[in-house]
Amino acid sequence: MLNSIKGMFITLLSSAKGLREPVTRQYPATGNLLQREEAPTPVQPRFMGFPALTWDEGVGEPYCTSCMVCIRHCPTQCMSSTMKDNPLQAEGKSSRRKIVDSFEINLNRCILCGICVEWCNFDAIVMSHEHEMSTYVRNGDRVDLPVLLELGYKHQKETDWVPPTKRGK
Amino acid sequence: MADAARNVTAPPLDSGAAQARPVSGEPVEMLLNMGPQHPSTHGVFRMVLWVDGEKIVDIVPHIGYLHRGSEKLCEGEQYHQVITLFDRLDYIANFNNEHVYVRAVERLMGLEVPERAEYLRVILCELNRIASHLLFIATMGLDAGAMTPSMFCFRGRERIQALFEAVSGARMMHNYFRIGGLKEDVPEDFMPRLRELMPQIREDLEESDKLLSFNEIFLARLKDISPVTAEDAIDYGLTGPCLRASGVEYDVRKAAPYSLYDRFDFNVPTGLDGDCWDRYYLRVQECYESLSIIEQAMEQMPAEGNVLSSLGRRLVRPPAGEVYVRAENPRGEIGVYLVSDGSDRPYRLKVRPPSFCNLSAIRLMLINTWVADSVVILGSLDIVMGEVDR
Repeated sequence: MLNSIKGMFITLLSSAKGLREPVTRQYPATGNLLQREEAPTPVQPRFMGFPALTWDEGVGEPYCTSCMVCIRHCPTQCMSSTMKDNPLQAEGKSSRRKIVDSFEINLNRCILCGICVEWCNFDAIVMSHEHEMSTYVRNGDRVDLPVLLELGYKHQKETDWVPPTKRGK
Repeated sequence: MADAARNVTAPPLDSGAAQARPVSGEPVEMLLNMGPQHPSTHGVFRMVLWVDGEKIVDIVPHIGYLHRGSEKLCEGEQYHQVITLFDRLDYIANFNNEHVYVRAVERLMGLEVPERAEYLRVILCELNRIASHLLFIATMGLDAGAMTPSMFCFRGRERIQALFEAVSGARMMHNYFRIGGLKEDVPEDFMPRLRELMPQIREDLEESDKLLSFNEIFLARLKDISPVTAEDAIDYGLTGPCLRASGVEYDVRKAAPYSLYDRFDFNVPTGLDGDCWDRYYLRVQECYESLSIIEQAMEQMPAEGNVLSSLGRRLVRPPAGEVYVRAENPRGEIGVYLVSDGSDRPYRLKVRPPSFCNLSAIRLMLINTWVADSVVILGSLDIVMGEVDR
């Protein structure tokens, strides 16, 4: 009897605490029941979403030279790419001799480990904050170069991305 | 009758034996399938129970539903890629798994790890131990029928995982430890956030502890259920909290201190009876010990310094040889046996998973208990099927 009352008291205290500060929340929205914001749940700056390719604005071409180092280090072999001679280099605008021609990532296979970003020597690939990319189509998550560049550009704008090789120091 | 049932393996489900087998003058025995899709089996674990009324006469466990061939996959991956596979063994305690693997490779190569990296590893591993135990407390409450504590435990775990996300970029599959150190230094606001987090974790722990541990109904469901003697626990190879609950003071962090664990002052809590409640309460006590280890590590840790060894980031090719490294995971003692032939991929990698060895005692623990108790008994072992099946 005494124990039951004690237990009820603790439950009551905890419930009161729970009312002040909700433990759960509706999935995509932030805030609580009273103040609901429909913005998506914020992620941490280092959050690793799906990989994307970056865009060199100074030159107007992708950073990626299709050197395939990320492809060789990918634990799940989810990427493939081809390379071509860089037309901008012939015009003298770019220092990259080769440039990416096509790039495909199967996001269904990707395990978001970030190894590709770690090994890239050209700052070309980045883990974007995109993490809700379900589609209704089979293989709808096999994304190609334009989509990857668009994702990467969006990430660059949103996070003031600095190329890792130029970071710090 | 009962003895005969013990000596058979479970017949196929369509053999007709799945129905009750009335034998003249004998109590009716029934074959009851529990799992693999049963919420209280904590994953895809199947138990075939021979029950006599509500009493369990015999049990045949079936594992392998989550078998992914991780050990074989490791042989095809380069050393730095294997870390991602270790994240997916015990998917509740990822940092601890990564730690034991990178230690195995470092031992093989004779690598020195910078002190700061090692301290950060210890802090993250102990935080992960608390997160894992919080999940255990939550599911233990759910198994016994208590809904509320799980909400509070998940809130505490969520706070820890938010910090993990800030550090490594992922809530669960971190891939943060590297051979020779860490992927990168922790973010600048890590220490303030951790200092802020510590009292919050303690509060969450105390709250669920108060709600659950000495609750009368909870005690009635767990106390004196399926006690395991110290001899049995040792014979069956139980490790971790399941062994210590039986009164054996054995913790790899104390028995064979690895990493920096010889620099911290902490207790190894032990239980008395080895019953379900002891197994539960021991984990609660361990959380407080982990908190004290983190506090000590925060004090001792050098404020800045390298977090990756002089080797840096590059493909590693350990010299040919073999090594066995063990560590204390939240679930028990994990062992990694690694054979290298000098190439960039492991020649053989064998994991001794704590959950698998703890699960081997399930038959001993379940026989002559009630069906309703089988849920809490299995829950008190705290198995993770990703690690059992590998």
